[in-house]
Amino acid sequence: MALFSNTATLLGKELRTEFRSRELLTTTVVFILVVLILFSFAINPTSEESREYGPGLLWLAILFAASLMLQPCFLREQGNDTLSSLRLAVDDPFAIFLAKLIANTLFLLLTELLMLPLFAAFYNIPILPKLHYLLLVLFLGSFGISVVGTALSAISAQARMRELLLPLLLLPLLTPVLVVSATVSVSLLDREPVIQWKGIAFLAVFDLVFLTALWIFGEYLLEE
Amino acid sequence: MTATTATTLSPTGLRFENIDKRYGGLLALRRVSLEIAPGECVALAGRNGSGKTTLLRVAARIVRPTAGKLSFPGAANEAATHHRPGYVGHSTMVYDELSAQENLILFAKLQNVPQPEARAEELLREVGLYERRGSLVRTFSRGMRQRIAIARALVHRPSVLLFDEPATGLDPLGIAWLAQSLGDVNRRGCTVLMSLHGESEISALATRAVRLDAGAVVGDTQTGASLRSILTFAGA
Repeated sequence: MALFSNTATLLGKELRTEFRSRELLTTTVVFILVVLILFSFAINPTSEESREYGPGLLWLAILFAASLMLQPCFLREQGNDTLSSLRLAVDDPFAIFLAKLIANTLFLLLTELLMLPLFAAFYNIPILPKLHYLLLVLFLGSFGISVVGTALSAISAQARMRELLLPLLLLPLLTPVLVVSATVSVSLLDREPVIQWKGIAFLAVFDLVFLTALWIFGEYLLEE
Repeated sequence: MTATTATTLSPTGLRFENIDKRYGGLLALRRVSLEIAPGECVALAGRNGSGKTTLLRVAARIVRPTAGKLSFPGAANEAATHHRPGYVGHSTMVYDELSAQENLILFAKLQNVPQPEARAEELLREVGLYERRGSLVRTFSRGMRQRIAIARALVHRPSVLLFDEPATGLDPLGIAWLAQSLGDVNRRGCTVLMSLHGESEISALATRAVRLDAGAVVGDTQTGASLRSILTFAGA
């Protein structure tokens, strides 16, 4: 199982380099924090408004933070041409994607976990009653953002106007996952919480479809 | 290169058959046909933009040719780790945020090298970076970075080595070290294809020189005097 051992080795490298530089985590945590505080003071929502608009704002903040996080994902492999050395070393290039995808999802989830208590405090929304379902939605939504973002990051890193290209490609493709994630989150954070299983199933299918596409076409995305 | 690299290699050659590589409107390689025998040391010469780097990247299988075929005569199983070419490009191809040792262990593990820690330690001694094994690569000088780049290319004991201007950033002592190392590797049966500018201790290792111009092979010689003329012409 060279794919899994290579993925584990590369994931270790991704985590080690990130925790050493803390480049992505610092940027995204600060960004999400600023957005949540800014909106909280600017809108000063009532409890009902918070429940209605809060989850939407939350996912908007996650989206922008993710696009900040995903931009350098493949771009930083260009500086020393490390992407070429990885492609020379691994049997299956999907291992490169898989490691980056898992790392991006973990970084995004870590940022969300740090931010969730602050979100609950600033918007006065109790998150504990349905926390496990909320975590499930955050995981599925973040995985969806990461899988699409990782693939597009590989494409945009080799293109001109790369800084512009990633958000341009990312936003339309992520619209369905963001709309559904926000809708399911609104239902979960309602006074009378409802679990929208159809929405959760949609997120799972979305993740699976894009993961399969990445597995099939990933090799071509890494070509010069 | 001593110790572990002294392992005898199953000889592998390189065969380019009518290779074309097009980048958009630019034809970087045009119908390149070249056969490099197992164990041969070939210098690739030519002016900037003549296609040397592209040809080496095609040989390394980093770049897929638009047309034509690349094969490795003598490689019983091309998927075997040591039949993957070792490639040193213009960049270091290692991670600045990892130490020299971590980089070598990473690439050894990815290529299923037995005992990756021991192999990394061995290579670090060979390239003279053992004392700095724990230092992050970003703290290295240009010459040290070139040494770690070479160590990375050798980590899986390749039977084909591809070097793109290997002397870049090395001082005279470094060039002498590289010439000796390359010579040792080549004598063990490793096929070497390297792009060069002008004559040096490294070019003296080459037994054959191939000159590229505008993506096509325009010269191929094995005689001493002609070889020098090709290399000096390319460096002009």
